[in-house]
Amino acid sequence: MAETRIFERPRALYDVATHYCPGCMHGTVHRIIAEVIDELGIQERTFGVAPVGCSVFVYNYIDTDMCEAAHGRAPAVATGIKRVRPDMIGFTYQGDGDLASIGTAEIIHAANRGERISVIFINNAIYGMTGGQMAPTTLLDQKTTTSPRGRDPKAHGYPMRMCEMLATLAAPGYIARVTVAEPKYITKAKQAIKKAFQVQIDDRGFSMVEVLSTCPTNWGMRPVDAKKWLIENMIPYYPLGEFKQPEE
Amino acid sequence: MSDRVLMKGNEALAEAAVQAGCRHFFGYPITPQNELPEYMSRRLPEVGGVYLQAESEVAAINMLMGAGATGERIMTSSSSPGISLMSEGISYIAGAEVPCVLINMVRGGPGLGGILPGQADYLQATKGGGHGDYHLLVLAPSTLQEGLDLTMLAFDLAEKYRNPVMVLADGFMGQMMEAVEFRKPEPMDLPDKREWAIGYMKERGGRSLVESVHLDPDELDEHNEKLQAKYRRMRDEEIRVETYRLDDAELVVAAFGTTARIARSSVDTLREQGVKVGLVRPITVYPFPYETFETLPESVKAILTVEMNCGQMIEDVKLGVGHDIPVSFFGHSGGHPPQVEEITEKLTELARERGCA
Repeated sequence: MAETRIFERPRALYDVATHYCPGCMHGTVHRIIAEVIDELGIQERTFGVAPVGCSVFVYNYIDTDMCEAAHGRAPAVATGIKRVRPDMIGFTYQGDGDLASIGTAEIIHAANRGERISVIFINNAIYGMTGGQMAPTTLLDQKTTTSPRGRDPKAHGYPMRMCEMLATLAAPGYIARVTVAEPKYITKAKQAIKKAFQVQIDDRGFSMVEVLSTCPTNWGMRPVDAKKWLIENMIPYYPLGEFKQPEE
Repeated sequence: MSDRVLMKGNEALAEAAVQAGCRHFFGYPITPQNELPEYMSRRLPEVGGVYLQAESEVAAINMLMGAGATGERIMTSSSSPGISLMSEGISYIAGAEVPCVLINMVRGGPGLGGILPGQADYLQATKGGGHGDYHLLVLAPSTLQEGLDLTMLAFDLAEKYRNPVMVLADGFMGQMMEAVEFRKPEPMDLPDKREWAIGYMKERGGRSLVESVHLDPDELDEHNEKLQAKYRRMRDEEIRVETYRLDDAELVVAAFGTTARIARSSVDTLREQGVKVGLVRPITVYPFPYETFETLPESVKAILTVEMNCGQMIEDVKLGVGHDIPVSFFGHSGGHPPQVEEITEKLTELARERGCA
């Protein structure tokens, strides 16, 4: 009898172990991106822009053309590629330090120009690779190595909600926030990421999906506790949902 | 029929880029080079290209990194403080071996400095500017015609070496008008971009990876050695220098760019008075023509370096001549160029001191 395969590794995902810490959600998001690339049949015309941070080696896991960018500059690098090769489908992969701190200007202006790129924004409320410093997305009272007494709004301001900010602009086509903390969320996350790519394929403007994610190592928690902390603390401040849809 | 046209420098260099095949320009306004992006914003759409005004120089140079990673001909232009902002991206571009062309219409510094012409970015342009062990290939034109010719050549050289190439001009060259002629350089054997650039996964049967990160120490060593080998190859193949009335010279003026053009008049003035003066003008300031200075005629008794800064190229000139010949400096850094009379007077003093005929 012929074998029917119902589940396998996506073609766009390399068959290698990742370098991420236990409980980190980069691996799940990488897989979703690879599945979406496969399902849309765009592997050979897709380019990714790799970030600075833990996921700097995203190109070791996703098999498409890739260009590295300096910290925060991925939207500018992606703009450059896309303007020369408008036939290609481009995504950036950025953390919260990358996108919401050093790269704030680049993300806002790429969104405001309606660049035909899809941004995957991993928000884990902390700097991961550099060892757990405060990020613009760090929650109030959250302790980090540079906010050892907890984030104080008087000293550090409030956690930045990037989806809500970018949704005020006219040019973006699709902006959504998801998480991959549990299977029920993962399905929705995949739908959003696929939609973001589809908006780009349909030439309907800039798209961004923010993914609430964990950093058990720098949060100082076991993976299971980290997941619980995300659901109980991050989702209330960073509500899930679609903030901007392409105009009909 | 002559093909010569009268054009403003910034616009002429922009047109040279277009005629060299540049179809994509990413930039940010800064004086004194604004006519260049303005020209591109009109001209590029006519030839099916893209002009994009970035939100900052930082974004512009990173757009250039992405655009350059496709292997197409791309360019930005800026002036001193803008180039400083671009330094981060330039280091990444050099590290990732992405070809691109940068035009720097230098003004005076440091800091905000002024908007008048300067040459104070010599060290930044030739010794790095950004972090890490890298070099740009740096071309320093002296006339507008040469600015055009070198801008066209810059695109070939960028592709040949997969390296950023800077045209180091100054505010004078941007703002002056001269009769120029557009003439393409001799065709060069260039590597096939499809072997490495983004956008050819199907043809190549494998993806392209453009990056500059090497966490493994041996790998980083190897990468840096590869870059250094490239710089050595530039030294072997790309050094360009002009020497003028050097054969029997007792005094030598060393100058680059617009300053060299002024210094040349001083050489002629003094030659008419019987003073034996010659000129050395590096056209590539990186790689620097050290050999020309190492092999100056035995008759040379002193060198005067003239620059629109506080003395930057003088270090390279001294490296070139060693301890054999005294090297002194004359220049202004405020935005007014050294005058022919001033240079002539300095050389006359030097001739007297050194007992020249």
